[in-house]
Amino acid sequence: MTIIYEETADDGPPIPEQRITVRVNGRKVVAEVEPRLLLAHFLRYTMRLTGTHTGCDTTNCGACTVLVDGRAIKSCTMFAVMADGHEVTTVEGLASPSELHPLQEGFKEKHGLQCGFCTPGMMMAAKALLDRNPDPTEEDVRWALSGNLCRCTGYQNIVKSVLWAADKLRAESGQAEEAS
Amino acid sequence: MYPSRFRYQAARSAEQAVRLLHEGGEDAKVLAGGQSLIPMMKLRFASPELLVDINAIPGLDYHRVDPDGSIHVGALCRHADLEHSDLLPGHQPTMTAAAPLIADPLVRNRGTLVGSLCHADPQGDWASVVLALGGSIVAQGPAGQRTIPLREFVLGPFENALAHDEIAVEAVIPAPRGAPAGGYLKLERRVGDFATAGVAVALETDGSQVIRAGIALTGVGGSTIEATEAEQVLTGRPLTAETIAEAGRLAAAAAQPKSDHRGSATYKRHIVSTFVVRILSRIDWTQERAA
Repeated sequence: MTIIYEETADDGPPIPEQRITVRVNGRKVVAEVEPRLLLAHFLRYTMRLTGTHTGCDTTNCGACTVLVDGRAIKSCTMFAVMADGHEVTTVEGLASPSELHPLQEGFKEKHGLQCGFCTPGMMMAAKALLDRNPDPTEEDVRWALSGNLCRCTGYQNIVKSVLWAADKLRAESGQAEEAS
Repeated sequence: MYPSRFRYQAARSAEQAVRLLHEGGEDAKVLAGGQSLIPMMKLRFASPELLVDINAIPGLDYHRVDPDGSIHVGALCRHADLEHSDLLPGHQPTMTAAAPLIADPLVRNRGTLVGSLCHADPQGDWASVVLALGGSIVAQGPAGQRTIPLREFVLGPFENALAHDEIAVEAVIPAPRGAPAGGYLKLERRVGDFATAGVAVALETDGSQVIRAGIALTGVGGSTIEATEAEQVLTGRPLTAETIAEAGRLAAAAAQPKSDHRGSATYKRHIVSTFVVRILSRIDWTQERAA
C-alpha cells in the first residue's frame, strides 16, 4: 500500500520502503512507505483520509494541519516515517460519522466557513488550543490560529466558531462533572 | 511537491547519529524539526542522500537555567517550548520576547532553536538573539564535544562550522554578569513571513551602568549583523536618552538592507533605529537600579 510519486529526472535511485506503525485517529496502522513520502500525502492517498487538505504545499497556509501527539503541525512539512510510533489525529478523528464535534457544530452555527478549504486545518489548530486552554480569550484564539490562512472569511466568524465551541465544551464538561 | 529520494535512519542516541553521519559522508544531513530543511528539499534546493533523524533521541528536548545562570537549550527543544517556558520569563528577556515571534504557531510546535542556528539563514531570528547574548553551540563528533561561539559557527548564508559528522547538541547562553535586560522586536508583513527587519537587544546592567551590550539585526543584510558600534556606545555608562538615540543611529548605520518587496532600504534602516530605541526605552532603568 503505497503512493508512487511521479518520476522526475532528479529523483535519485530507488530506496527500499520502510515499515512504520502509526496510530491514526485511534486506529493502529502498519504501512510500508518511501522515506520521502510526506505525512499529508500518506494521510490523503495511503489512508484515504482526504479531510486533510494540501493548500500551499510550501509550509505557509496550515490547511494540512493535523495533531501529532496532541501538537498541531503542518503535515506537508513532516515525513510519514517521522510519525513512526506516534499518534496522529486528523479532522476525521474529531467525531464519529453520525455526530459533530462541538468545533464542527460551532463552524456550522457561526458560519465559520465559506469555501471550506482551510476549515479542517482551522479546526485542528483550534482543537490543540482548546485541549490546553478550555477558556480562551478572543486574542488567544486569534494567536493560536495565526498560522492558518483563510482567503474567504476575514477570520471573524472562524474566531466566533471556536469561541462557541469552547463555551459548549465547557458546558458539557460542567454537566459531566455534575452527573458524576 | 515532494523531495528527491533519500535514505532515512532514526538515531536513538547522539553517538549513533554521529556514527551514521560519519558513514553517510558529505551527503548526509541531520533532520530535527525539519521546518526549513523539508521545504528546501521539496523545492529541491537541498537533496541529501541520507537523513539522520534525531527526533527519537531521548533527553535532548530540554531547556534549563543552571545554578550559575547560564541557559542551555537542547537540540530537540521546540520554539513552542521556549514560548511557553516557565523558566525564561524573569531570566532572559531577549529570548522571552523572541520565542513567540518565530514563524507561526504550527512551525513553532516542530522547529527547534538549535536547528534554526544550524540552518544559518540570514533571516533567522534566533541567530540575532543568540549572537546578541554571546551564545555558543555545543557540537558532538567522533572525537567528542567542542564548543563553538555562534560568531564563529555561522560561516555564511546557510553555512555552519559543523563537520559533516558532527551534530549540534545544545545552544548555550553564558551566565550574565549583571541583571539581564533587553528584548526582541520584529516587523513582519504577516505571521510566518520573514522579518522585514528584526532587532535583538541584550544588556547586562550592574545597577548604575550597562556592563555589557549586545545588539544584532535580522533581515537587513546578507548575514546576521552585529551592531558593534551601537553596543560600544552603550557599554560602561548609564542608559540615557542620549545614549539610546545614539545607539539607534549607529545600529541603523550598521544595517546593510536592500530594497525589496518587503520595503525600501531607507525604510528598513528607519525600522532598525526605531526598534533599538523602543527596546532600550522600555527598559525600566530605575527598577534595574533598585534590583
